[in-house]
Amino acid sequence: MALLVDIRKQLGNFQLDVRFEAENERLALLGASGCGKSVTLRCIAGILTPDEGRIVLDGTVLYDSASRIDLPPQKRQVGYLFQQYALFPNMTVRQNIAAAVRERTRRQAVTAEKLRQFQLEDAAEKKPWQLSGGQQQRTALARILASGPKAILLDEPFSALDSYLKYQLELELTEMLEQFPGTVLWVSHDRGEVFRSCQRVCVLDRGVSQPVQTLDGLFRHPDTEAAARLSGCKNYADAVPKGSSVFLPDWNVTLECGGAVPPDIRRVGIRAHHVRLAEGRGENAIPCTVARVVEDVFSTIVLLRPVGAAPAAPPLRMELDKDAWEKAPGTETVTVSVDPRDILLLR
Amino acid sequence: MDWYPLYNSLRIAAISTVAVFFLGILAAYYIARLPRLVKGVLDVVLTLPLVLPPTVVGWLLLVLLGPKRPLGLWVLETFGVRLVMTWWSAIFATVVVAFPLMYRTARGAFESFDQNLADAGRTLGRSNTWVFWRVQMPCCRQGILAGTVLAFARALGEYGATSMVAGYTPGRTATISTTVYQLWRTNDDAGAFRWVLVNVAISAVFLLTVNLLETRQRQAGKGGAR
Repeated sequence: MALLVDIRKQLGNFQLDVRFEAENERLALLGASGCGKSVTLRCIAGILTPDEGRIVLDGTVLYDSASRIDLPPQKRQVGYLFQQYALFPNMTVRQNIAAAVRERTRRQAVTAEKLRQFQLEDAAEKKPWQLSGGQQQRTALARILASGPKAILLDEPFSALDSYLKYQLELELTEMLEQFPGTVLWVSHDRGEVFRSCQRVCVLDRGVSQPVQTLDGLFRHPDTEAAARLSGCKNYADAVPKGSSVFLPDWNVTLECGGAVPPDIRRVGIRAHHVRLAEGRGENAIPCTVARVVEDVFSTIVLLRPVGAAPAAPPLRMELDKDAWEKAPGTETVTVSVDPRDILLLR
Repeated sequence: MDWYPLYNSLRIAAISTVAVFFLGILAAYYIARLPRLVKGVLDVVLTLPLVLPPTVVGWLLLVLLGPKRPLGLWVLETFGVRLVMTWWSAIFATVVVAFPLMYRTARGAFESFDQNLADAGRTLGRSNTWVFWRVQMPCCRQGILAGTVLAFARALGEYGATSMVAGYTPGRTATISTTVYQLWRTNDDAGAFRWVLVNVAISAVFLLTVNLLETRQRQAGKGGAR
């Protein structure tokens, strides 16, 4: 066990209740904005204090409300990569990195080594505002590693960047983190980022953590609506289990699920690209009227109203290739279907 | 021409600026972290000397430090030192009057300081003291400098409270501002005019130096993109 977190904290009328264990791996903390991800990281780093609980890193107790242990951030050996990197603006790259080495005798050597390792030698005498985005990120990471951390916390590292630069920096960051032997906690609200960069994921839903799962588990079999939403699923409906199928009262349809449906299922999720145009009346066919068509960059989004749906029911969202929609037999009414294996059963 | 008032004014302003520099920063640093209510109350109390007439400040100081008042009496009996009517008595007046300028500008600077920078320093293993002197102070340099300049200028030009606490004794407690008043009162317009010129010259040189420093700093590119 590398990092154990089990903390609770009251923030106004928001209750944070997070528990997870991370090995020496890249673990993602995935959650919508304002669900307590940053607060969790700050508690681990010692910038904020939880109300109660326990934080243990590599056998060292960082925080324990029961035995009144609360190490200051300086003693925790936890590196924190801030959203805007928080480089000291009054110092050069070299000084920023040197600031993280406390032993005076090793300072010069470690700084020189990090400058070389992160290809910052040419930028060593520049101030942070003179650096490119990539150089800033490398400086921030070099500085963190120079302080000799046992764990690294990344707080939405790319939230303020445009998508092309973001992709470049993401590749670079993942590559650099490959070398790091300890735990990396990667906070994000972006499922793609998490999928590309991490090994396992802990979903945070309104301050409450869910069991750590593999990425494959999250994207193929999310078991709560919060997890399904974070994995990008767009359609949800209340469900009543009936043997191997579910009845959806909102849309007045019954969908075959290809296996026994557990009795505690209350909702189903259907990904927009799993709603497919159907010919005739095959399995799970849903006749619909077309409510609206939205052209997206590479796809067409069609909002459908199942025949027999309640007036207040949400539309069924279908996403498909542009030419597939152009070849559709009708544009007023269509029949769609969902493969039984593509129905997400949610508790 | 007797240059004593110039010398006296400069040393009073310099000493009180040093005192106000540390007092103002200390107050700003600690008060910025207090709960909102306490902060509000302290803010009013500490800023009051800025809006009160200097004569009111002078009167309050005399109530506190006068030789027949508890504090003044105690110092007189214990150390044999009178707190008022000496050249350094004016320092009490200038410190009280200049303090709010330093305190408020420093607090404004500290409040706009990005707390993440301090947290970054602490997670990197650096002490709060290190973070304060090596990161926070340099980042708030502009505000601190502005506050210091204002405090010095205010201390140099202080008249009302000074004249009450230190009085006007030529060659002992006379400052530029009290001298100008005294010369004008005794119909020595030429003498008053000379001191007015001296005062204007000092202020102009002072402000020019500050502008020059700022320009040089900007050209050196320190924090230029912010």
